[in-house]
Amino acid sequence: MSALGILLLIPAAAAAVLALIPGYRLSAALNMMASLAALGVAASLLFIRPPGGLYLRVDDLSIVFIVLSAFVGFTTSVFSASYIAHEVEVGKLTPARLRFYHAMYQVLMFAMNLALIANNIGLMWVAIELATLTTVLMVAVYRTAEALEAAWKYFILGSVGIALALFGTILVYVAAKPVVGEGLAGMVWTTLIANAHAFDPALLNLAFVFLMLGYGTKVGLAPLHAWLPDAHAEGPTPISAVLSGLLLNVALYAVLRFKMLLAANPAAVAPGPLMVTLGLVSLIFAGFMLYRRRDIKRLFAYSSIEHMGIIAFAFGMGGPLANFAGLLHMTMHSLTKSAIFFTVGHIAQVKGTQRIADIRGLTVTHPILGWTLVAGVMAIAGLPPFGIFTSEFLVVSSTFARQPLLAIPLVLGLIVALGALLARLQGLAFGEPSPGAAPTRASYLPMIGHLALVLAAGVFFPPLITQWFQHVARLLG
Amino acid sequence: MSSLDFDIAHLLAGGLVLISLLMLYQDRLTALINVFAAQAVTLSLSVAWQAYIQAAPHLYITAAIALVMKALVIPIALHRIIKRLGIDRELDQVVGVGPTMLAGIGLVALSLVVMLGVNGEGDQLAREDLAFALSVILLGLLMMVTRRNAVGLVVGFMSLENGLVLAATGAKGMPLVVEISVAFSVLIAFIVIGVFLFRIRERFETVDVTVLDRFRGGRQ
Repeated sequence: MSALGILLLIPAAAAAVLALIPGYRLSAALNMMASLAALGVAASLLFIRPPGGLYLRVDDLSIVFIVLSAFVGFTTSVFSASYIAHEVEVGKLTPARLRFYHAMYQVLMFAMNLALIANNIGLMWVAIELATLTTVLMVAVYRTAEALEAAWKYFILGSVGIALALFGTILVYVAAKPVVGEGLAGMVWTTLIANAHAFDPALLNLAFVFLMLGYGTKVGLAPLHAWLPDAHAEGPTPISAVLSGLLLNVALYAVLRFKMLLAANPAAVAPGPLMVTLGLVSLIFAGFMLYRRRDIKRLFAYSSIEHMGIIAFAFGMGGPLANFAGLLHMTMHSLTKSAIFFTVGHIAQVKGTQRIADIRGLTVTHPILGWTLVAGVMAIAGLPPFGIFTSEFLVVSSTFARQPLLAIPLVLGLIVALGALLARLQGLAFGEPSPGAAPTRASYLPMIGHLALVLAAGVFFPPLITQWFQHVARLLG
Repeated sequence: MSSLDFDIAHLLAGGLVLISLLMLYQDRLTALINVFAAQAVTLSLSVAWQAYIQAAPHLYITAAIALVMKALVIPIALHRIIKRLGIDRELDQVVGVGPTMLAGIGLVALSLVVMLGVNGEGDQLAREDLAFALSVILLGLLMMVTRRNAVGLVVGFMSLENGLVLAATGAKGMPLVVEISVAFSVLIAFIVIGVFLFRIRERFETVDVTVLDRFRGGRQ
């Protein structure tokens, strides 16, 4: 069996086993081990690339996503172990739900891996649908009124998005049929991209509109974002971390794939302007919405919308430099945002609340958590010396060079968001501490490890990775 | 392709659009579910006809799934649910019938303009099928917007999926993977929704989704 098969087999087998095992210590350990094994297999793909088939294949673009996804998947499983231990102690999760939670975590990993290595647009759609349904169930796992509302909203909006994406997929097949013939060939990605220049451009354009709206809902681009803050705020925090750090990327990956398809057809409309518009709207909208948040997880959920807007904007601009910036920003955002959610998860547990007004003076009561939060928020707000500063700088400078007028709203959005985040950080981290000074048994390694990577990327970016990202950026056109 | 084949395919696809429009103004849930079942029967006939004219026997499976699941099992289950919840006589319509129907007609016109305006080669039947399918999808969306009852939302979503199946079967030679996945997704969706309906009932003593909105108030 090739490495690709193993990458799917590990989470699938782990999910089956975890569904049967009682006891959270054992299942949390097993969850970590399975995620670590998947990370090992994903890393091996960097060196030995198995040959692709009609269904599965790995190429230079997808491998960036696969490795990132396996890495954050593993660190989140480490965080999840200590987070879940606390939830079990306070009785928020019953043993049966815990078993369900762990099994679903691995099913989600399976679905995301499948979406990333699929060489078939139908299979990719099935995988993203599976990932959506899994996360819906996980968001609802606490069974509170708020969690159910969030899951219901996510389910309805996600299903509509997924349905539109399927219609787009069918349209791509219809466009491909006269050129590549009937049957399976019309859905195989490698065949599609090789023949895209001969497809009917009008059908491709129409297909892209549906795909962009459909998968764009999953990316969380405004005005299709309504599910995102609720789903982040009401589910278990490890799921917020995986949603922001990984699932949004997977949906973005699908959009990028179809963007490449359109770019390969000279007569089709340029997909860039649509992505640029949606990206800017998301950035500015989320920037202003950040000021009105009262819930700490919602605050960072809106920050995810903002950053997905920046990434969509960068990829929409296109060209080697902007694509490079987009890839870098995506990687940095995944690492930083999941680190922030790890920190926020522990903070919400010690303070017993998610209300921003009730969390004050963290650096006094919990120095490590507090200062990690400070570092994380400074990183996500785009301050130097963190990696997000580098990528935002690249996005802004490449925009100034090509479309100076577009740079104005872009910079405005960035500054608005920066102001909101720093204003909130002030109250959270400093000042008179609020009650709740109990020590925590937090696992600091995942959050500090992520932030260290982001810091390292801001200070010194290894030339090897730079070359590799540049290569992928050229592929994206 | 003979013109009779073409005409029958047209008739059935057009029937689906017509039934979608009928669903828009059903203000009682029992009637809504019955009309949905009628749409599922029409869909299954349409898929079976496509299987026949395309000589694609695997499409008969899709037709059978549509008939059994969507025309029988799901409507019966939904009837039982609304009876158990005691909402089988409730009225459910947010926007008036007149504006909804006008919007529906507008959406059908829009999808015809969009799909038939796409010029280029390719067979006419596929293109017109897609126009009908897009109409059904957009009408399903419209229905989801105009209903506030969770059961109405679910029916709207399933009628949207009917449009997807119509599109998938109209695209000649589309791999089986997709058809089965569509059928499966309906099944999964239904299980999930079933769970949710009961949970919602348990927590709120109502399936009116507007009640859910109050939870947003204090948290922002």
